[in-house]
Amino acid sequence: MTFKGGVHPYDGKDLSKDKPVSELLPKGELVFPLSQHIGAPATPIVAVGDTVLRGQKIAEAGGFVSSPIYASVSGTVKAIEPRRVAVGDMVNSIIIESDGEMKEAEFVKTDDVTKLSNEEIIGKIKEAGVVGMGGAGFPTHVKLSPKEPDKIEYIIANCAECEPYLTSDYRRMIEQPEKLVAGMKIVLQLFPKAKGVFGVEDNKPDCIAKLKELVKDESRMEVAELMTKYPQGGERQLIYAVTKRSINSKMLPADAGCIVDNVETLVAIYNAVALGQPLMNRIFTVTGNAVAEPQNFYICIGTNYQEMLDAAGGFKGDCKKMIAGGPMMGFALFGLNIPATKTSSALLCFTEDEVEAFKETACINCGRCVEACPELLIPSRLADFSKNGLMDVFEKWHGLECVECGSCSFVCPAKRPLAQAVKTMKKQALAAKRKK
Amino acid sequence: MSDLFNVSSSPHVRSKDTSSRIMQYVILALLPTTAFGIYNFGIKAAILIVVTIASCIASEWIYEKIVHKESTIQDCSCIVTGLLLALNLPATLPWWEAVIGGAFAIIVVKMLFGGLGQNFMNPALGARCFLLIAFAADMTNFTIDSYSGATPLAAIRNGESVNLMDMFIGRTAGTIGETSAIAVLIGAIILILLGVIDLRIPATYIVTFVVFLLLFSGHGFDGNYIVAQLCGGGLMLGAFFMATDYVTSPITPMGKIVFGICLGIFTGLFRTFGANAEGVSFAIILSNLLVPMIERYTVPRAFGVVKEAKKHE
Repeated sequence: MTFKGGVHPYDGKDLSKDKPVSELLPKGELVFPLSQHIGAPATPIVAVGDTVLRGQKIAEAGGFVSSPIYASVSGTVKAIEPRRVAVGDMVNSIIIESDGEMKEAEFVKTDDVTKLSNEEIIGKIKEAGVVGMGGAGFPTHVKLSPKEPDKIEYIIANCAECEPYLTSDYRRMIEQPEKLVAGMKIVLQLFPKAKGVFGVEDNKPDCIAKLKELVKDESRMEVAELMTKYPQGGERQLIYAVTKRSINSKMLPADAGCIVDNVETLVAIYNAVALGQPLMNRIFTVTGNAVAEPQNFYICIGTNYQEMLDAAGGFKGDCKKMIAGGPMMGFALFGLNIPATKTSSALLCFTEDEVEAFKETACINCGRCVEACPELLIPSRLADFSKNGLMDVFEKWHGLECVECGSCSFVCPAKRPLAQAVKTMKKQALAAKRKK
Repeated sequence: MSDLFNVSSSPHVRSKDTSSRIMQYVILALLPTTAFGIYNFGIKAAILIVVTIASCIASEWIYEKIVHKESTIQDCSCIVTGLLLALNLPATLPWWEAVIGGAFAIIVVKMLFGGLGQNFMNPALGARCFLLIAFAADMTNFTIDSYSGATPLAAIRNGESVNLMDMFIGRTAGTIGETSAIAVLIGAIILILLGVIDLRIPATYIVTFVVFLLLFSGHGFDGNYIVAQLCGGGLMLGAFFMATDYVTSPITPMGKIVFGICLGIFTGLFRTFGANAEGVSFAIILSNLLVPMIERYTVPRAFGVVKEAKKHE
């Protein structure tokens, strides 16, 4: 089961995959950006000086497509001010000084989830602040409210974790697969006509075996073994591999009868609906050859990246590049004074920068970018159009379909910054469309 | 430890492949053909190969010095051009004509248009056709050692019969690299295994050519004739090494197929109805000229995009 195109970068998962996840209790201040999701930023409902409990709501959703934010520690609200986030922007944030006691608010469990109505389930998910934790941060309650719920035939769990080096989803599946399956069950309850599929890459045979064992008596769930190839975890590629249906940039997975959710998101759904817990924690990978003890942490959202690196033993050797996220789509960091948000999955530290090692040379028209592109585009030409400001031709050659996976730049023997050029023009073209 | 970290746009990792590595693979794949050419035609061929390659390297280096551009000879593309050009020359060619050919290929066809990646036709073939026009007699003199002078294709045209095994192995007259089909095929397999070429162009080229011959050559289903046409006149070398040249072939997958079909038809036309018994070189450079148009009309529909942008049901 696979898709056309794609590349095979160095896997790098051995560095961090075998150590069990350890809990990291943060010290000092935690930063909660008001925008850690797609849609309107949340609005603060606490003031400077307030004491808060772990699990207390500190910001209300800013609209329908938005999400509330909860304190992940107990402490005092120190400030509400702009702070830098991983992608480089300054975002208004609530800063909480932890008192180290982790005093929790009360969480109301639900003993029998099957007795809840769809509205109640969606309400709990919304109230808990669950957003897409694979990286995009799309509010989950919106994703689970498609226009035509009867047309949903597949709930696909994105267990691919196709980015190299990342192992947080892997550890979650090894250590708490029951929570994942329970989360899937809740979503299946919302869509009675749908089948649940766990899409796992075949470089995780232990996860596949565990999940198969757990779903063997479930008539509505199955495990799909996917060929390991980047970007198998890309939504469109995942849907195609599992169902053979294709969607383009103007469509949602729901238009193909599918809903795709990340492993952490499904676990968060379970925590919200069955345990009454808001989204306060996630698993985070600190890895790379410049990290002394690469491993996964169960972190509180809002924890400073520097604290997580220190917990992993700090730097080993000279660190040249740090990345928030995976090496293919992550963001290079200027410094570590940034907070982990609901969608932060990893910190990578490398002693060598593979981008700096090569000089850009002329395009030889070899077509490797064409073979690699999972969206069947011609990246070399799109990059030329971008460099020359040819917005109309760029759109005619389907440039807006690019998912920014980076496969083209990865594979180019002339080391041209293809992905960067296409991303730049995409941004300009989309901005121009919005202006119209 | 420096306090500054490298920052760049994603992706942050790169594959180990480089352009010069790919050129080296092509040179490797051409070694069987080169070795056989030297074996077949002797020391003259070896000298001509060296001279042509040297001329190409020197032309690129001198040109870039004159126009104050950074030297690019280390990307090995001039070596590939020189080798391919030499393999398209008769071993008897005077060395100074080969030097002019090399300079023409690099300076006129490649450098004047922008250097690597910018040539609009195959430089080796462009130079070969230039030499054919400038030094017609020398370029068609195939008399050397035991070879009488007529290439197998010319012989067939005169109604003589040719030994197919000789043609397959390469024990015939011709340019240095065109005679041995088997040496080219070994090289082609190397290229395919190393992932340098994909079969779209050579396969459609050869199949279209064969179909054309079956329909229009006047020889009908004559197996001997078809095999002779495939083994002779540098068709194999052209199909696997020259038509597949990255810069001068379409980058779009469907475009490669259209290109192969054009090549097959043109080669068939030139060989069947043309005055020259050869035809591959002209077919390739003519098809090279069509590439921008072919690309424009074969832009692939992106993943999930439906015709007329109808909403996917």
